Amino acid sequence: MDSNPSSAETAQGSIYVSSAVTNAAKILVVGHFAVGKTTLIGSLSEITPLRTEEKMTQASVHVDDLRGVTGKTTTTVALDFGRLTLSEDLVLYLFGTPGQQRFMQLWEDMARGALGALLLVDPARLEETFPVIDLVEGYGLEYAIAVNTFDSSATYSEAEVREALDLLPDTPVVYCDARDQRSSAEALIALVRHLLERAA
Amino acid sequence: MTAPGEEEPVSSDFVRSYVITGGRSLPSSDELALHTLVTLAPERTPPLGAGPEVTAIWDLCAGGYLSVAEVAGHLGLPVGVARLLLTDLSEQGHLLHRAEPPRAQNVDRATLEKVLHGLQSLIS
Repeated sequence: MDSNPSSAETAQGSIYVSSAVTNAAKILVVGHFAVGKTTLIGSLSEITPLRTEEKMTQASVHVDDLRGVTGKTTTTVALDFGRLTLSEDLVLYLFGTPGQQRFMQLWEDMARGALGALLLVDPARLEETFPVIDLVEGYGLEYAIAVNTFDSSATYSEAEVREALDLLPDTPVVYCDARDQRSSAEALIALVRHLLERAA
Repeated sequence: MTAPGEEEPVSSDFVRSYVITGGRSLPSSDELALHTLVTLAPERTPPLGAGPEVTAIWDLCAGGYLSVAEVAGHLGLPVGVARLLLTDLSEQGHLLHRAEPPRAQNVDRATLEKVLHGLQSLIS
């Protein structure tokens, strides 16, 4: 166990939230495996992004485990998150996790109190996004699509992405480079503008 | 990019979590959300017989406000385990909370506007 905050951060000042902060908001950054969620969180976070390893117990059917453990298997799923102080009294947390149906308990935790979700999409692997959209919609979360344009040779027009993902006309689609702070912030801005429209 | 190993089968740490929590099942997120901010209340003394995890949480939380998820992340604990230990400390009156999210899923417009302005000022 590491009970000491990382030295880089303590040298800069503090790992702690400013004492004037009274409100914390949460936005989810979701998408399939290796789509760039952690990169985007890292581009925006003021702290070194943190990761927890969540142990998920799954019922398994008739597993003849060599060590004689039966009935259940555990899987580790990473939860990555970062923090941005947005005003004197407000911090924003970004939580990223893969979209797998079987990590329900993690999703319930993440979705509770979330403003909405930024759904990262790799245009070369659009079909892997379907189950993630189902999950986000299943939890009643509003979302925007951010097409991560780095590291992908496939280029699709917004209309093609919309059609492939069967999006509602008012669901925002933006292109972003998850490595770039400005581009990542603009993707979040598109999401929050959408949330404001929906809240109107 | 997410490193390989984002999802990998493990078994060795499972027993450890079970021992830390005393075999209790993990609490729901009703009490403490991932982004609820917690800190140690002033002038408290640690519970007698606190284990190493509780002691580590105590020391970390003495420094200021952190979210439940950050406490877990800094200490290398699964969120569910950190939350259970924080819930215990909270029920014993050792913790102060801030920013508890509303129970209903209604999004508060003022918060959205603040988030929007904050993000815009980040890149302007």
